[in-house]
Amino acid sequence: MKERGTVILFGCSTGGIRAMQMAFGTLPEGYPWPLVGVCHVGERGEWLLPELLGRSCRLRVQGAREKECMQAGRIYLAPPGYHLLLEQDSSFSLSVDEKVHGSRPAIDPLFESAADSLAEHLVAVILSGANGDGAAGACRVVAKGGFCIIQDPATAEAREMPLAALACVPEQHRVVLALEKIAPYLREMGVRANG
Amino acid sequence: MKVSELEEVEITLFLETLRLRHGYDFRHYSRASLRRRLLSLQRMFAVEHLVELLPRLLREETILSKVLATLSVPVTEMFRDPEVFLLLRRHVLPVLRTFPRINIWQVGSATGEEAYSLAILMAEEGCLPQCQIYATDINDAALATAEAGIFPARRMALYSENYRLAGGAGKLSDYCQTHLDVVEMHEPLRRAMVFAHHNLVADGVFCEAHLVMCRNVLIYFDRFLQGRCLGLMRASLVRGGFLCLGLQETLDAYGEKEDFQAVDRLLRVFRLRTEGGLR
Repeated sequence: MKERGTVILFGCSTGGIRAMQMAFGTLPEGYPWPLVGVCHVGERGEWLLPELLGRSCRLRVQGAREKECMQAGRIYLAPPGYHLLLEQDSSFSLSVDEKVHGSRPAIDPLFESAADSLAEHLVAVILSGANGDGAAGACRVVAKGGFCIIQDPATAEAREMPLAALACVPEQHRVVLALEKIAPYLREMGVRANG
Repeated sequence: MKVSELEEVEITLFLETLRLRHGYDFRHYSRASLRRRLLSLQRMFAVEHLVELLPRLLREETILSKVLATLSVPVTEMFRDPEVFLLLRRHVLPVLRTFPRINIWQVGSATGEEAYSLAILMAEEGCLPQCQIYATDINDAALATAEAGIFPARRMALYSENYRLAGGAGKLSDYCQTHLDVVEMHEPLRRAMVFAHHNLVADGVFCEAHLVMCRNVLIYFDRFLQGRCLGLMRASLVRGGFLCLGLQETLDAYGEKEDFQAVDRLLRVFRLRTEGGLR
């Protein structure tokens, strides 16, 4: 990306695959921003998530590669076993630093690095998940001028992750949406940006 | 000036002090990871801002080891990515075995779990007597742990499973002795290993190697430093020698990557070509 635009960050664990399919599936080709996220997965075995999610998305879904620069209209996922971080030049870094909330990749390191590297124009999306990962990162994102979308816990397969974010992200910096309302919301944001 | 810009200035000042005062250059480390580790450093020393550490970094000799230990957090495990070790066992060791001596340079060994894994692999394939493993790191505290060969017993369940998946036919406990909550690696493994301080930013080729194993080190560096390291490793390898990188690492930063052929592209195991005008 030549210009520093918005980046949609997302995080989820249990119930996250369905949530991602619903939230991102209908985003149209030419969507003006990249989506970069973490879905907690085990480290063993083949990583099928990009393909699985890609089948129900119109945007291209891929694993984030180190030093690769993110591009608008693509969905990037942290590879298993590595934390995903964002650099100031919009490229990805990976690390094998300690697990966070018992997980690597974890959501907090991604969100926090994005907030520190890119500061404004960040949207942090917290979806279904079974622990409190992402809440601290979402707080850092909004502290640096970003914005947070939280899946309504009542519509989440696992409520802990949305509840943890709700408990710490100040009300004026967040919107709580039922799962089926997230995609229209993100689409609308994109339409307005494309003018 | 915005807060984030101020923080960047602070990081620059800190890194310059570290470089000018102590000779350690972290300027070519990936900034996002480095920033996280500098935050842990701030927490450890209970300072709100990084610049508060500058006077101590300048004047206190003993602070350096703590700083280095925090900036190069050792995170490793035995037989991590067991499929890589399985590949080494099946496809690399049969070649290495034909050499009268086998030198392995394990780069960025941290607390040594991977070096011991290699030693166990060599022992099981009958190559340990002819094998020398040079395990190097920038972090002296981690090297001391590696040299002692004593690890927390609580991680052995994971390591045993890794070992099994790596094609281990015996038991991991055959290679160590349990004392309460720690395990001590067996002496014959340790005799095959040398642990040494080596700084990839500043130091040269460490040894002539038949296998260089450098996994999850390059991801912490920028492209420039990645290129330098890959050049060093290339220069240390004998013709037909092997290079093993982390699962998310590539040769992209190295100018002459056609020197290598992939043994297994996905598992990031490469071999220095034997033909042509190399070396």
